[in-house]
Amino acid sequence: MNIIVCVKQIPDPETPAASFKVDEQAKKVIPAQGVAPVVNPYDPQATEAALQLRDAAGGGKVTVVSLGPDSARDAIKHALAMGCDEGVLINDDAFEGQDNFQTANALAKAIDKIGEYDLILMGRAAADWDMGVVPIGVAQALGIPAVTVAKSIEKDGDSVKVERVLDDGFQTVKAPLPAVVSVSNEFGEPRYPQLRQIMMAAKKTVEVWSASDLGLSPDEVGEGNRVLPLEALYIPKIESNVEIIEGESPEEKAATLVARLREAKLI
Amino acid sequence: MSGILVVAEVFDGELQPISHELLGAARKLSDGGAGPVSAFVAGEAYAQDLIHHGADTVYVSNAQGLEIGLADPYLAPVNAAIEQSGADIVLLGQTNIGRDLGPMLAFHHKTAVSMETVDLQLQDGRLRATRSCYGGNARAELTWKEKLQVATVKGKSFDALEPDTSRSGEVKNVDAAGETKIEVLSTEKAEASGVRLEDAPVVVSGGRGLGDPSAFTTLEELAGLLNGATGASRAACDLGWYPPSQQVGLTGKVVSPNLYLAVAISGASQHMAGMAGSKNIVSINKDPDSNMVKVSKYAIIDDYKKVIPALIEEIKKVK
Ligand SMILES: Cc1cc2nc3c(=O)[nH]c(=O)nc-3n(C[C@H](O)[C@H](O)[C@H](O)COP(=O)(O)OP(=O)(O)OC[C@H]3O[C@@H](n4cnc5c(N)ncnc54)[C@H](O)[C@@H]3O)c2cc1C
Repeated sequence: MNIIVCVKQIPDPETPAASFKVDEQAKKVIPAQGVAPVVNPYDPQATEAALQLRDAAGGGKVTVVSLGPDSARDAIKHALAMGCDEGVLINDDAFEGQDNFQTANALAKAIDKIGEYDLILMGRAAADWDMGVVPIGVAQALGIPAVTVAKSIEKDGDSVKVERVLDDGFQTVKAPLPAVVSVSNEFGEPRYPQLRQIMMAAKKTVEVWSASDLGLSPDEVGEGNRVLPLEALYIPKIESNVEIIEGESPEEKAATLVARLREAKLI
Repeated sequence: MSGILVVAEVFDGELQPISHELLGAARKLSDGGAGPVSAFVAGEAYAQDLIHHGADTVYVSNAQGLEIGLADPYLAPVNAAIEQSGADIVLLGQTNIGRDLGPMLAFHHKTAVSMETVDLQLQDGRLRATRSCYGGNARAELTWKEKLQVATVKGKSFDALEPDTSRSGEVKNVDAAGETKIEVLSTEKAEASGVRLEDAPVVVSGGRGLGDPSAFTTLEELAGLLNGATGASRAACDLGWYPPSQQVGLTGKVVSPNLYLAVAISGASQHMAGMAGSKNIVSINKDPDSNMVKVSKYAIIDDYKKVIPALIEEIKKVK
């Protein structure tokens, strides 16, 4: 079974709010001091799913693809250390500042170039822009079905059986291959690469493709050609008016809180 | 031509509240000059309700497959409604369907979608959308390059209008049939006892700081006394302490109760994304510097293990 996994490197989404800064002029996030970028947290789960499916099928290849700056090579190396077979970095200064719609288009072109695939996996969303549109866009560009927010994936002949997480429960669906499936955190913990695997992954080659390698012209990539122009980026203001309930004991504090809530007619 | 098309959603035979909120948002845009308000719905039975809540025209589809809980079958009928209405703004809910259908429509029309939008403004007749990003740490304002502007809207971001039964409007049919290559084998509804989380006037949520799944039983007791529902942070859900259907936050439910009681939850931006709209927030936390305490109206800084039983006793006394 041949699988392509798409991964993205992002600023650590668990960066404490206090160290999160934005350059409003440039409409960009300023990387927090001493906080290294990470692999989008859903992506190792998508990678884990790919590795399990490949191994259950008794063979095949998992190719990891990432569009990003030079440092995104680390995200690819992480997936290779987990056990993926090959890596492709889509890297070109021309992509700087582009939106998810342009990126979905570029990823679809790269997947087309890789050619052989039964299944494409990715995280349900990237935890920077929190949009979740790329899985749908890639599927549409390739003319194949998309199944989103997966909790478990199982190959079933020429199809995949996917359990999806819904707002109010779960849904099990069957989609013909090839298909795109986006993976959610409910999938469970991904494996963590061991030192030996990290060292071996360092030796694996990562191919680098530019915009022109994918047949993308300068007028469809980059910030200037966004389909969804970014007009402003800022940190919303939060003001604190908290009253800390004082008291000698937890019982006293509880009594005061209940009194306050009753005064405010909240209970 | 211009105008707004709202994609209404029916679940278990009822129009979802988000559909009314979308109409509320659409009416505001319409009043600002964005053109007439149309709504798309599966089934004639809901048409008058949508008109009473602000639709000028309702496009009814009786296409097969709209009830199975997948977005694909909506694509062709909604596209037909976009075409017939001439709308250049399409609003959907950030729901199981809208989450997929929004991007599907956008890519289909080679335009873009703003996901989980919290505010919509008109500027020179064009849409400007505000949405959270970076887990709720930042806000982005977006516009569209192409004519068709698609947005999914976060629940509880707009007020529904009071239904006005004297409003009248047109009901039209759309004939296009949808299709999908995906087959639904089964659907399992999460069992939620008591009040539905999204509708509850009081929500008591627990986080990783509970340290122990059995603490949720005590939180459920407290919620029960307040006629509320019980929720959880993702950290607690990921640990298997509480079902994911009760998760509050960016990747969970959006709640805006009158009272939100956060027990041992630090207040990460992704959690706040699901409850920041609560009218009154109360924290029980050991850490006075946690974000959750900062956004609270009242906070008790202490071990929840001692505070929650005391709260239960105290509330029983006054009931
Ligand atoms: C892409 C993405 C999406 C996410 N989506 C969501 C989401 O939808 N919902 C969500 O909740 N999170 C989400 N998260 C996770 C989020 O970033 C936080 O990790 C999570 O909310 C933390 O949960 P918590 O507050 O329960 O745990 P912690 O941050 O560990 O906080 C525990 C709190 O308990 C307090 N505490 C400990 N012991 C006690 C005690 N005995 N008595 C009282 N207080 C005590 C501590 O002081 C602390 O404040 C998401 C993360 C990512 C990256």
